[in-house]
Amino acid sequence: MLNLLIEPLNYEFMRNAIAIGILTGILCPVVGSYLIVQRMALLGDVIAHCVLPGLSISFFLGVDILIGAFASGITGALIIAWIRSQSRVKVDAAMALTFSSFFALGVVLITVLRNKIDLDSFLFGDILGVTTTDIYRTLIIALLILCAIRIFYKELLFYTFDQMGAKALGLPVDTIYFGFMAVITLTIIASMQAVGVILVISLLVGPALTAYLLVKELHHMMLLGAVIGAIASIIGVYISYYNNLPSGPAIVLVSSTLFLVAFLFSPTQGVLTRPNPNGSIERVLRHLGLARPTKM
Amino acid sequence: MRIIFIQVFMLEVQQLAVNYRGVCGLDRISFRIEPGQLVGIVGPNGAGKSTMLKAMLGLIPAVGGKVSYCTCPLHQQLERVAYVPQRSQIDWDYPITVWNVVMMARTRQLGWFRRPGRAAQEIVKAALERVEMLPLKGRRIGELSGGQQQRVFLARALAQQADLFLFDEPFTGVDKKTEAMMLEVFAELRSHGKILLVSSHDWGQMLNQLDRLLLLNQRLIADGSPQFVMTPEHLHQAYGVPMQAPFHAEEPTFFC
Repeated sequence: MLNLLIEPLNYEFMRNAIAIGILTGILCPVVGSYLIVQRMALLGDVIAHCVLPGLSISFFLGVDILIGAFASGITGALIIAWIRSQSRVKVDAAMALTFSSFFALGVVLITVLRNKIDLDSFLFGDILGVTTTDIYRTLIIALLILCAIRIFYKELLFYTFDQMGAKALGLPVDTIYFGFMAVITLTIIASMQAVGVILVISLLVGPALTAYLLVKELHHMMLLGAVIGAIASIIGVYISYYNNLPSGPAIVLVSSTLFLVAFLFSPTQGVLTRPNPNGSIERVLRHLGLARPTKM
Repeated sequence: MRIIFIQVFMLEVQQLAVNYRGVCGLDRISFRIEPGQLVGIVGPNGAGKSTMLKAMLGLIPAVGGKVSYCTCPLHQQLERVAYVPQRSQIDWDYPITVWNVVMMARTRQLGWFRRPGRAAQEIVKAALERVEMLPLKGRRIGELSGGQQQRVFLARALAQQADLFLFDEPFTGVDKKTEAMMLEVFAELRSHGKILLVSSHDWGQMLNQLDRLLLLNQRLIADGSPQFVMTPEHLHQAYGVPMQAPFHAEEPTFFC
């Protein structure tokens, strides 16, 4: 058994894959917790798609992809905020339009600029192709973001819980919002390599949501989410190694399975286990009928 | 001497106007409140009660007007204002405990980069004790009743140690016990020379507790003692339909 776990570590690509898996597994749920409590989970998905044009341009210009991807992701987020503030258009529609346009622009640019971007690994991740440079980049981004969240925790808590109240208290809410967009974009760039832009939303939301069902404070949600995220990444990488499955989807499926377990068996909120045990089967059936997201 | 004191610590709203995408939300509202006054705001749904409170704090843009406190613009001294938003603005499923909601009040006073110390904890504890919520400090806010939730927000306002208190519909969905406790706390704050501005669409018997009432429907229709404001003519102007004033009516409560 132990041998099964140790043997893959003889390969450098596996060591790198696990390292970056753990880093993103920790970083994503911490940032994702904020997305969940603000009901902005889909924004992660949107920004992920919005980085593509920037990626293509920075390849063309020969600059670090971090710069282009960051600029382009932030631009997308700001355009959504702008459309929303200037018209009656609701946020979900603004998001749908913006991210599909950015994505289309990215695909066109890749063709026009004759980039040698492997669209497949951009979309679905290429964790086995991770280099040491990638790991250091992800490590630095992760440390920066985690430190910033630690330092500004009480302001961020107030802002995400009661935005009007935070503004009424004189907190710089616009700066905080911009900071959030920057943090989400950086997190996505740091995690792109591991799971790809299509699936990064799953790491942002999945482990944090699992933790949400188990704890009652935001910082507990982040800590537990980080543990779950790291575990999901490690298990996913091993499953991918032994069963010859694509690693990004493997990580995502592990993370979603963990959510399902918490959803059914959480001591306080599990569908099958929460207090008031009479008629749990009927409750499951009822919930299947009602299991539709009601809030956006 | 007393007159000077009152004038210096006065809240003054001058010609405050709000437009919301071309629709008039508030039409040039002016009033002054002296320290130690409990002032109610009443008006039909959509009269602009919340809008006025928000515009006073700069939470929504005003097209004109000035709001000053102690002769300086209010938005430059927001740390002196405790604002309690409407219940509907809060996500009650947020993963946070009672204790940490009240601790938020200390965010500004602590300043950036600092974490709450002993002093902040004492203040939070005292505020929770005042509203009888200290035993529930470890509960998640979603597990509380509506009245208890409102008391937590009252404690947060108290813990801010502000001079000016703005409450937006604080009596919505609360039990009698909480209502009585809130009125008690309001009276205490008033006796300490604070300014309180409280909106409600239904004051009922609580009208008697107010020093002053503002009757609002886009514009300020009447401003004065509750007896002066709640006359049939004023109510007709505000609500558009003939209404009996609560002080003369046989039915003791007043709905709109």
